[in-house]
Amino acid sequence: MEENRGVWVFIEVNEGKIEDVSLELLGAGRKLADKLNVPLSGILLGYGVKDLACQVIYSGADAVYVIDQPILKHYRTEAFMKAVIQLAEKYRPEIFLYGATPNGKDLASAVATDLSTGLTADTTMLDVDVDKRLLEASRPAFGGNIMATILCKKHRPQMATVRPKVMKALEPDISRKGSIIEEDLNLKEEDMRTKVLEIVKNVTKKTNLAEAHVIVAGGKGLGDLQGFQLIHELADTIGASVGASRDVVEAGWLPHEYQVGQTGETVTPKVYFAIGISGAIQHVVGMKNSELIIAINKDPKAPIFDVATYGIVGDAHEIIPKLIQQFKEIGREKGGEINYA
Amino acid sequence: MHIVVCVKQVPDTKIIKINPKTNTLDRRSAPAILNPYDAHAVQEAVRIKNLTGGTVSVLSMGPPQAVAVIKKSIEIGADRGFLISDRAFAGADTLATSYALSKALEKISMDLEVDMVICGKHAIDGDTGQVGPGIARRLDIPPITNVIEVTRINLPEGNLIVKRKQISGYELIQSELPCLLTVEKDINDIEYAPMPNMIKAARYEPVVWSVSDLGEVDRKQLGLKGSPTIVGKMFTPPKLEGGKMIEGALEEQLNELMDILMERKDLFSFNNSK
Ligand SMILES: Cc1cc2nc3c(=O)[nH]c(=O)nc-3n(C[C@H](O)[C@H](O)[C@H](O)COP(=O)(O)OP(=O)(O)OC[C@H]3O[C@@H](n4cnc5c(N)ncnc54)[C@H](O)[C@@H]3O)c2cc1C
Ligand SMILES: Nc1ncnc2c1ncn2[C@@H]1O[C@H](COP(=O)(O)O)[C@@H](O)[C@H]1O
Repeated sequence: MEENRGVWVFIEVNEGKIEDVSLELLGAGRKLADKLNVPLSGILLGYGVKDLACQVIYSGADAVYVIDQPILKHYRTEAFMKAVIQLAEKYRPEIFLYGATPNGKDLASAVATDLSTGLTADTTMLDVDVDKRLLEASRPAFGGNIMATILCKKHRPQMATVRPKVMKALEPDISRKGSIIEEDLNLKEEDMRTKVLEIVKNVTKKTNLAEAHVIVAGGKGLGDLQGFQLIHELADTIGASVGASRDVVEAGWLPHEYQVGQTGETVTPKVYFAIGISGAIQHVVGMKNSELIIAINKDPKAPIFDVATYGIVGDAHEIIPKLIQQFKEIGREKGGEINYA
Repeated sequence: MHIVVCVKQVPDTKIIKINPKTNTLDRRSAPAILNPYDAHAVQEAVRIKNLTGGTVSVLSMGPPQAVAVIKKSIEIGADRGFLISDRAFAGADTLATSYALSKALEKISMDLEVDMVICGKHAIDGDTGQVGPGIARRLDIPPITNVIEVTRINLPEGNLIVKRKQISGYELIQSELPCLLTVEKDINDIEYAPMPNMIKAARYEPVVWSVSDLGEVDRKQLGLKGSPTIVGKMFTPPKLEGGKMIEGALEEQLNELMDILMERKDLFSFNNSK
């Protein structure tokens, strides 16, 4: 049997733009491909997406497989899956990575089933055992501050979905050269069982945690809904977004879109306040790449202090009001509403 | 309309305790519950049934005590339940799980044709969300993941329209029936179980099937044997550096913190209107 070779990345395109996570995966995939000494390829599907192939190469790929057809205009599992499987069966990659986005997860799950291969979900670390040519996909394990490395020994390709914002994209290099391989897909619209009728973008300004420069995140340590108001107040005072641990969301103090972590948003703000958050691995994977992390917790042993740039052992109920007061004073000195942003 | 909801029994991660010495989960501390997303899946199936008429069945794979989540589903309003339970299923990853569940679904469908399958977005113990789409592939029906609203069911035309959550906003999707949905929590609110349901649930005995009851099954695709993924190793994440602790009395701590933050004051907008 011919052996599978090469590392593939599914390139997700939304509204004519490549999702950041796909570029991040090209960065991570480049490292794996170099270690294994094989090419890195991007899988680019859609309608009117051909022109994006160069960008895939600039971001680290050696080759891009493109299928550009009207039937792929919007993401649909049944069409995208057929396209991917056709390519995978023809060119036989050994590793295949997808962003852990709604479409990436949906597609990867369907493809894994048809190719009868293993798929690791929501990976946050990637490495490869070169001798055994084994992908080591690690993710926080269920419970505890512990990671599990998932292996797929006998089946190919080895597949994983990877959390956005945990891998690093390469600086685009426009002198990079690569090959662009166009393929056909024999699928008829009449055979499709699903139709995308309408795409509705979020127009209302919502949390947008992923883009925030400053996040004030609170945990169960705030005590109750009342206590959590301090988090809102501090965020309000400095024009920051509010974030939360899962336990806060489970308690119903905030809706799910505020949750930071493995099953919430991954964030990389310039400043992240973690207040009354213990620092469980599932939370930490979602915020540890923030530039400046300030942790406030009354337990000196809380694991959050292991990721914090600066830590303060103390009671949030005492510290936050004072902090708010100081910020307000500064604001007043500056002569009222001065916006530095 | 016959809707089958796949429900999983999971440890309640909300109140789970971590053994601080071994850094692993203290399983005895975790009561087993119906996966929260699956509760919403059952609720949605019941809501649809109330509109279209029909039957809601639930299906679970797990140890004998997983009967509890079937009873819970009956409380929410499901009509009947099936449990597949066998040593041969143990140790299944998502590929083997979707295989076993799809075999049970085929069997259920022989008796009463299935028009729709609903799964939770993911199970809170593994968080993969891979089982639903896997089942859909095996049954060769369209999967629609991350559904936040079932907008319309057109029985005469045999299709439905749903809202699917996206990175930003949502999309409106039309799909032929039968299809498989995986649902987000936002799809509905779990209602209080009416008394008659509680009584029915207390007395309810689900159908329990072993592998041999499922008819033609490829045993190599079940359980541990049928699972391509294995856990290679467990490790504590690389100890992060951690930074500096700001020590001293509260006032000193505050002053030092403010000094640090003021270096990034360009990021803040001071709002003292309140
Ligand atoms: C599969 C799975 C996925 C998960 N996904 C996520 C996820 O995406 N995001 C997430 O956050 N969690 C997630 N979790 C949960 C995670 O394991 C933790 O349980 C959770 O992060 C804990 O939340 P917490 O830190 O707010 O609460 P706790 O762990 O209860 O910590 C509260 C902290 O507050 C401190 N404190 C108490 N009182 C005060 C006070 N007055 N002042 C200052 N500090 C105080 C305490 O010392 C403690 O450290 C997941 C778990 C599982 C099993
Ligand atoms: N053992 C099981 N029995 C029944 N349904 C399951 C089982 N495992 C997973 N599911 C279904 O698949 C969904 C996604 O699970 P997972 O892919 O494990 O995150 C769950 O919400 C359930 O609806």
